[in-house]
Amino acid sequence: MSTTATIDLNGAAPSPTLVRRGGGAKRWARALARFAVRKPLGAIGGVIVVAMLVMALFAEHIAPYAYDETIRGARMKPPSAAHWLGTDNLSRDLWSRVVYGARVSVTVGFATIALGIAVATAIGVSSAYFGGAYDLVLQRVVDAWLSFPYLVIILSVMAVLGPGRLNLIISVAIIAAATNSRVIRGAALTVMQSQFVEAARAMGCGHARIILRHVLPNVTATIIILATIGLGAVILAESALSFLGFGVPPPYPSWGAMLSGSGRTYMFRAPWMAVWPGVAISLAVFGFNMLGDALRDVLDPRLRGTR
Amino acid sequence: MLKRYLARRLVIAIPSLLIASVIVFTLPRLIPGDAVQLMLAETSYAKDIDELRAKLGLDRALPVQYAEWVAHVMRGDLGESLWTRRPVLDELAHRLPVSAELALYATVIALAIALPIGVLAAARQDSLADYVARSVAILGLSLPSFWLATLLIVMPAIWWGWRPVTGFTDLRQDPVGHIVQLLLPAAILGIASAAALMRLTRGMLLEALRQDYVRTAQAKGLAQSVVVVKHGLRNAVIPVITLLGTQLPLILGGTVVIETIFGLPGVGRFLFDAINQRDYPVIQGVNLLVVSTVVLVNLGVDVLYGVLDPRIRY
Repeated sequence: MSTTATIDLNGAAPSPTLVRRGGGAKRWARALARFAVRKPLGAIGGVIVVAMLVMALFAEHIAPYAYDETIRGARMKPPSAAHWLGTDNLSRDLWSRVVYGARVSVTVGFATIALGIAVATAIGVSSAYFGGAYDLVLQRVVDAWLSFPYLVIILSVMAVLGPGRLNLIISVAIIAAATNSRVIRGAALTVMQSQFVEAARAMGCGHARIILRHVLPNVTATIIILATIGLGAVILAESALSFLGFGVPPPYPSWGAMLSGSGRTYMFRAPWMAVWPGVAISLAVFGFNMLGDALRDVLDPRLRGTR
Repeated sequence: MLKRYLARRLVIAIPSLLIASVIVFTLPRLIPGDAVQLMLAETSYAKDIDELRAKLGLDRALPVQYAEWVAHVMRGDLGESLWTRRPVLDELAHRLPVSAELALYATVIALAIALPIGVLAAARQDSLADYVARSVAILGLSLPSFWLATLLIVMPAIWWGWRPVTGFTDLRQDPVGHIVQLLLPAAILGIASAAALMRLTRGMLLEALRQDYVRTAQAKGLAQSVVVVKHGLRNAVIPVITLLGTQLPLILGGTVVIETIFGLPGVGRFLFDAINQRDYPVIQGVNLLVVSTVVLVNLGVDVLYGVLDPRIRY
């Protein structure tokens, strides 16, 4: 009897889950098609995101040249059939560099958001679950973090850690964790008030079981939305830091870094050097923002206005 | 009543400020030892590593260091720059007005763009204008400010031979030139905030326009503009003001990039240079100043609620 009760109560999830289990390819395709019809801008965002992921994964096959390959007699050539986006001051093909640059944005972006959201979930869910003094103290620390301008705190952390890819990921993830923990805490608080959590507690479930089996699955939609929108913000932050010289060291191309240094020195003579990396950043961030917005509307309209 | 509310808000703000001060204080103390050595080699600030550690106050127990630091800060002593040897407070006093002005203009520009467009998009929901406004807003959130700044410097120069003024014009020497040179950087700084504010204005106004009192106002035969502005907007504006408070850290953070690109002698540029030179007392001073500003502004925002919405009683 008690088993049936648990199953029934578990089924009464307060927020819609992403895709019901046991679907198969057809169901996925139908869900995707419906999403594209209902949210055309979100679908465009999704296409941009997928294109960026493909560029990052298969850069060697897509880029006509290596990112550091100098091409004889092609110094600062404007865009042409041979070099779609032109070449830079070191005679390198800009299209190839933009393609390889997607790799930095994608790896730094995903690693940062994975770390940031994991910490945010730990803070948010535990804060909502345990409440009391623990919640009060933790939230004041989050308050303090949030009152720092993100670029200021990231740069300060980078000053301590030194430049480089890993340190960039850690310092941006700290900010992502603080910002997102607030929203996840809010979502977890709502779940905590559900009857199935009360029932689980009444049945003698331990803290770990209630958190992992009952609370966490019901804030997954929130987490997915935050991660998608957060990826745009993280890519923007990464490019700003690379622009300021705190990112991945050259010659490996990162979109932000391509806009600083030689991109700025030669921009009056070869403006395409200053244009394309920026277009790539804007498109990528635009894609994630559009997709995240649409996902939010479809999965959890309560989150409207959180950003 | 207001006094009691203010006191309660201060009680919440003070722990945040204290924790922030601990963060500000701890950061430079996490520097690996070789960085101190590097600083020694770069700055010739002290004879040997022991003297440098003593000068930076790194040679005592951490709680003692913190207490001493707070005591100094209370007296207005933020230490001196390792490079210029000038008191950090003096340097900040020079640079703060530039950044404050920049942030103020950026906020005004953001509101001037966001409110009318947000209202228009909500009043004509799902029209072409709404669609365009929403897409442009997401685009505005996606454009990196440093790229926009670069384009706005490069393109007019190439197309029309026009370049923005380089070098800083002081307010006392040429007030008009001073303000004009800040407008472009401020506009770039304000664009992302304008987009966020516009989206929220639209969303909140749409919700307000669905209320019964709006239907009543329309039934009374009031002009639609009066309904939207007097009945809708007034009730939608509170969350927008809150967001404005949370946008301040973004705008202040943005000054680092914008001041560096446009060569403006503000606090953001100061911080950027300090980080490149590992000038820890300056980094600490700027962080403390910025974080205190943000906490105070958010306190002000909370108080502003009561003025804007008489329903909120403290």
